[in-house]
Order: sequence, then C-alpha cells, then structure tokens
Amino acid sequence: MFCVPQMSQLSITNLRVSIGEQEIIRGLSLAIPKGEVHAIMGPNGSGKSTLAKVLAGHPDYKVTSGEILMDGENIMELAPDERARKGLFLAFQYPSEIPGVTIANFLRAAVQARMPEGEELEATDYYARLYEKMDLLEMDRSFTSRSVNEGFSGGEKKRNEILQLAMLEPKYAVLDETDSGLDIDALKVVAHGVNVMRGPGRGILVITHYQRLLDYIIPDHVHVMVQGRIVRSGGKELALELEEKGYESYEEVKTTAREPALA
Amino acid sequence: MTNHTAVLDEVMEPGTPQEYSEPAILSGPSEARAAGLPAWFREQQSAAWAKFESLPFPNRKDQPWRFSNVNALDLSPFVHSTRLSEKEREEILDLSTGLKEVAGRLIFADDQLLRRDPLPEKLLKSGVILKPLERAIIEHEDLFRRHFMAQPAALGSAKFAALHEAFVTSGTFVYVPRGVEVELPIEIFHWLHGENASVFPHTLLIADELSKVTVLEHFRSAHPNRAGFACGVNDLVVGRGAKVNYICAQNWNEKTLAIQINATTAARESSALSLNVHLGGNYSRFESLSRLIGEGARSDLLAVSVAHGAQEFDARTLQDHASPHTTSDLLYKNALTDSAKSTFGGLIRVEPHAHFTDAYQTVRNLLLSDDAEANSMPGLEILADNVKCSHGATSGQLSEDEMFYLLSRGIPAAIAKQLLVAGFLNEVVDRLSHPAITDLIHGLIEAKFQLRSRE
Ligand SMILES: Nc1ncnc2c1ncn2[C@@H]1O[C@H](COP(=O)(O)OP(=O)(O)O)[C@@H](O)[C@H]1O
Ligand SMILES: [Mg+2]
Repeated sequence: MFCVPQMSQLSITNLRVSIGEQEIIRGLSLAIPKGEVHAIMGPNGSGKSTLAKVLAGHPDYKVTSGEILMDGENIMELAPDERARKGLFLAFQYPSEIPGVTIANFLRAAVQARMPEGEELEATDYYARLYEKMDLLEMDRSFTSRSVNEGFSGGEKKRNEILQLAMLEPKYAVLDETDSGLDIDALKVVAHGVNVMRGPGRGILVITHYQRLLDYIIPDHVHVMVQGRIVRSGGKELALELEEKGYESYEEVKTTAREPALA
Repeated sequence: MTNHTAVLDEVMEPGTPQEYSEPAILSGPSEARAAGLPAWFREQQSAAWAKFESLPFPNRKDQPWRFSNVNALDLSPFVHSTRLSEKEREEILDLSTGLKEVAGRLIFADDQLLRRDPLPEKLLKSGVILKPLERAIIEHEDLFRRHFMAQPAALGSAKFAALHEAFVTSGTFVYVPRGVEVELPIEIFHWLHGENASVFPHTLLIADELSKVTVLEHFRSAHPNRAGFACGVNDLVVGRGAKVNYICAQNWNEKTLAIQINATTAARESSALSLNVHLGGNYSRFESLSRLIGEGARSDLLAVSVAHGAQEFDARTLQDHASPHTTSDLLYKNALTDSAKSTFGGLIRVEPHAHFTDAYQTVRNLLLSDDAEANSMPGLEILADNVKCSHGATSGQLSEDEMFYLLSRGIPAAIAKQLLVAGFLNEVVDRLSHPAITDLIHGLIEAKFQLRSRE
C-alpha cells in the first residue's frame, strides 16, 4: 500500500473532542499530505469548526482521545502559538475583531515571532511584502492602518484571513468557510489567493458548506463530515454529487453507524 | 529681546543663593527658593501656606477621597530641592529626549530651569509668549494675576492646591494671541532629581480668540529609586473659537507621590482636548475640572493609565456645563495588573440654563490579574432640559477569543497580551490626531511593558 511518509503530512487519528458533556468530534481520522488540497464538506453543526479550532489548539475544547501529528510530531501538548510557529495556520470562520491593533502591527508581530531570537524585522522589506500580498488580494493599502477586522465587512474579514495566510506561509493551512459572506467577485479573488499558495511544500484543508468554493479551489480529495465523523471520502466529483443530493443520505448512514456503537 | 537662543544664564535669578540646606517642606516655605519672586506674589504664597495649614488632611470618609489610600499622602519625608550641579544638569539634559520638532521647549529639574529653546522669530513677532513662570509673574503681571489659579480646586485637593501655590517657584507661561496658530507643539519637561525632592510644576496656558496651540508636558524622574513628591497645577484658558491640545505624559518613577490638578475653561465655540497618560508614581492623583463657559464650547477629556505592582491611580473629574449647546466627552481607560488599583470619581454637571448640552463619560478598566482593583463612581447632575448625557463604567478582562486569534498567528502569549492592552488604550490615544505625539506615547506605554517583563 502506498503510504505518505508521516514526515510530510498533517494526520489526525481517532480524534474525539468534547465541549462540556457533549461529544462533538466522534472518532475522526484524516491525513493531509503536503502538496494536496483536501476539502471537508458537511451540514451545519457537524463539527467542522470544532475540528479546525482543535487543530489550532483552542483551550475551550477537550480532546478525550486520538492524536494529531504534524510532520510526525505530536502537537497535542503544544500551545496554540507554538503550533502556529511550527507551521499550522487556521483561517477562522468568524475572525475576531481586535480593536486598537492595526493590521500592520499585528502581522509584524506574527512575522517577527517566526524570526530567530535577536533578529529584527526590517521594516522596508516587511512593507514591500505586505503590499505585494495586499495587491494580490486586491486590498487597499489603507487597510494596514486599520484595526484588525474592526468594522470590516464579511468579505473584508475573509480577505484579511487569506492575507495572513499569504504572509505567514504555513506548512498546513485550514480554511474554515472562507467562502461564506463573499460575493462572486470576492470569492474569485480569495480563491486566487489560496491557489497561489498551493504547492508541494504545503497541505491545505478547505472546510466548506457549499460546493461553490470548490469550483475555484479544485480539491484533490473531498471528505463528507456528518455528526463529528468522516462518513465518506472521494475525489473532487464527490462535491458535485453532494451539491445535487444534499447530505440527507449521509445522515441516515450516521444513524445506522451509530447504533452498533451503542449496542 | 535677548531670548532667541538657548540660554542657561537666565536660570540664575538674581538673589538665588548658590546653596541651601534641605528643609522639610512641612516646616514651611523656603525663603531661599522664593527669593527672586516679587513681594506681592510672596505675600500670596504666605497666605496659601496658612490655608494649607488650616485645611484638614484628606479623609476616606469624604466623598472626594472615597477609595483613596490617604495614607500614601504622608508629606513628612519630602524636602525643598537643592541646586543641581553643572554635571547633574548636563546629565538630565541628555535624558530629555522627546519630540524631534517643537515650537519651543523648557526643561526643568527640581523646579530649576535647565534649558530654554525659545520660539522661532516668527512666533515671537506675532506676540506668542513662552516664558518661565517666574519671569511672566513680573513681565506679564496683569495676564498672570487674572488667570493664575483662577479656578478653585473643587475636587478634593484644595489643601494640595494651597501647598502648590505656597511653594511654586517656576513653571511655564504660554500665551497665544488672537488668531495665531502655533503649528508645532510646545514641549515641557519636569524632572525630579534629588532624594525626597519635591517639585511644584505649574503650567498656565492662555489661548486667545481663534488661536491654536498644542502643549506636551513630560513628568519624569532622573533616578529610578529616589522617592519624590510632585504637586502640580496646570490651567488651560481657552478663548473664543480657540483650539488647545494639552498632553501630559506622567512617567515619574514608582517611588513618587504625585498630585496633579487641572482646570480648563472653554469659551464660546472653543475646543479643548486634554490627554493625560499616567504611567508612573506609587500613588498618583489627578483632578480635572473642565468648565464649558461659552455656547458651542467643546471639551475632550482623555486619559489612560497602565498600573502594575502596587501602583494606585486616583482620578476625579468634573465636566461642568455652564452654557447651552456645549459638549464634553470623557474617555478614561485603565489597564491594571498585579495588585494595582484605580479609582475614578466623575461628575457631569449641567447647570440650569445649559440647555442642549451633550455630555458623555466613559470609563473602561481592563483587569489583567485577580488582585487588581478598579473602582468607578460616575455621576450626573442635570439641571437643564434637552440634554443628551450618558455615562458608563465597565471593568473586564482580556477577551479569550481575541487572545486566541493572536496566539493562532504564532504571536507569543506575552506579546499578544501587550498588543491587546496597547490596542485597548489606543482607542484613547488615537483620538489625538497628532502622529508625532501619539508615536511618543505608544513608545512610553511599550517601555512600561518592557520594564515589567524585565522584572
Ligand atoms: N464553544 C461551544 N460551546 C458549546 N457548543 C459548541 C461550541 N462550539 C461548538 N459547539 C457545538 O458543537 C457542534 C458543532 O459546531 P461547529 O463545530 O461549529 O459545527 P460546524 O462548523 O460544522 O457548523 C454544534 O452543535 C455546536 O452547537
Ligand atoms: Mg463552522
């Protein structure tokens, strides 16, 4: 059997996650090798954002079992900022507004955090790169002096997430509903921003509710997530099938799958 | 006029002795210190000393001192300052780094003028005055008498205002004539230097009709560990249609007892903005009275504090609307950690005929530790109709979502926290649209965090 070496993938094995009493991720396994784009599709409430935030290390969720390896290294015990510096990136479904902190200062701190101790970020290089990425995402330069996400439209917030992706060049990127709140023009710009980030050195997980985004970011693999589990995996044509048939049939799969577990 | 170049000689007022011992301030006025001042002023100072002695010491049972640690107000250790040596002066001048471009600059240490960068010829010709107070008392006696401490200290510190008046020997006098705009800021430094030294910084700013001026005042300590006492008064007199920005960067060392009393009077159609940045002191009290005395006047009262260790910041304010169609907007933000404490007591008063007033008062405390304490006592007293008033005080912690967002970008927790706190304060600082000064203030706030991370 062909096997992607552990050293170049983000792998999730038998993950179970609870919040309070409620189990939200119920035994999920998934591997995203570098060089590939995977998509997770699933109905609202199936646990997609929970998965994304658990990968990033959000403290509110309790991982009850399973493991998450990044390039072979267990990252479960790492703090969120350490995971990020090791090369993990999450584009949030609902990015936070950070009053009083400008995009320029925020990103500068993030870029600086990735530099060796004692090395100072060179301001002119930094701005040159920042402007280049902003141009790519068709963002006005005045954004640099605006507070992060404060008063941004839904679409501006999503562009800002992809700007950060472009600046931070992670090894693995998880994009949670990056298409929601975008009109078609903005969707194309954002998809272009993601597509230029594709490459052999990077694994990308695109989480979406609609097939629409996958017309622009063509995935290598599609997974269907229902009630905290991957219930089916396939190629890009699976997305189209889901668009036609919806998730209902899988929700039946889920109930039948559940019963033996209860027995 | 001979004051076109930086001069040190005029520092030595005739009659100032070269040396004197260090009597405790509580033993009374120092004859030596007041030697260069005119007789009428010295009489006024004697009366002020008598007033200081007669007024009762603050008590926590009095509303203006509620929640205050009045025990911190022990003045017995403090002495009248002594003359600085030439070497000490040079050292302090080297430390006096501030804005790159200013209209004029005065640097004081232990109430002695070390240096004066006079105004450019053009401003002098148009009648702008920037002078040490002790000269203005003599050379502009009428203006001085009319405005010097004309507003009584009504927010609790009458006793300390009397002490200030009794002991003030230097400070800054600024007068901007009708229609003159001073583009660049005027910068003032007040340093505390000697062990247990006391200073009585005074700034009197008179902006005549339709004039415009910005004044930045720094309060600093030359030594990180020497105890000191600062008892300052600044009065801003904002004439018709004038526009005044006053910024105070209070950065005394953390062994300083600091009391600062401000009075602003805003005439018709004028606008006054004050931004007070409180970083230093072990107990730092700030009283601010803003009187809107002419129709259409506006006053913005802004303050931020960053408190750590056992620092205590105690702010009392009065937004006094004495005329119709006036606006005041107060925004105070405090970031507190360790067992630091902040107190805010503020009143909006709308006098009977001051209809169509807009008055706002917002206080936000960011509590960064379990032991930090913030007390807020907002108040309204509305005696007119058609008034729009709002006041609110809140205390909260850093948002976990915001923190997670920063962490998820790889920003280490300590820096993420610093960014969020700075962001919280920036909403206030950025209300001043003066990039050079806001940069400077951001730098001071950042330096305070770094001081902390080194501890
Ligand atoms: N912080 C939280 N507190 C309580 N319940 C949560 C929290 N986050 C998610 N959930 C619950 O977990 C389930 C999955 O949510 P989510 O991961 O956001 O799904 P999706 O992204 O697929 O729409 C939902 O039932 C939701 O209500
Ligand atoms: Mg979601």
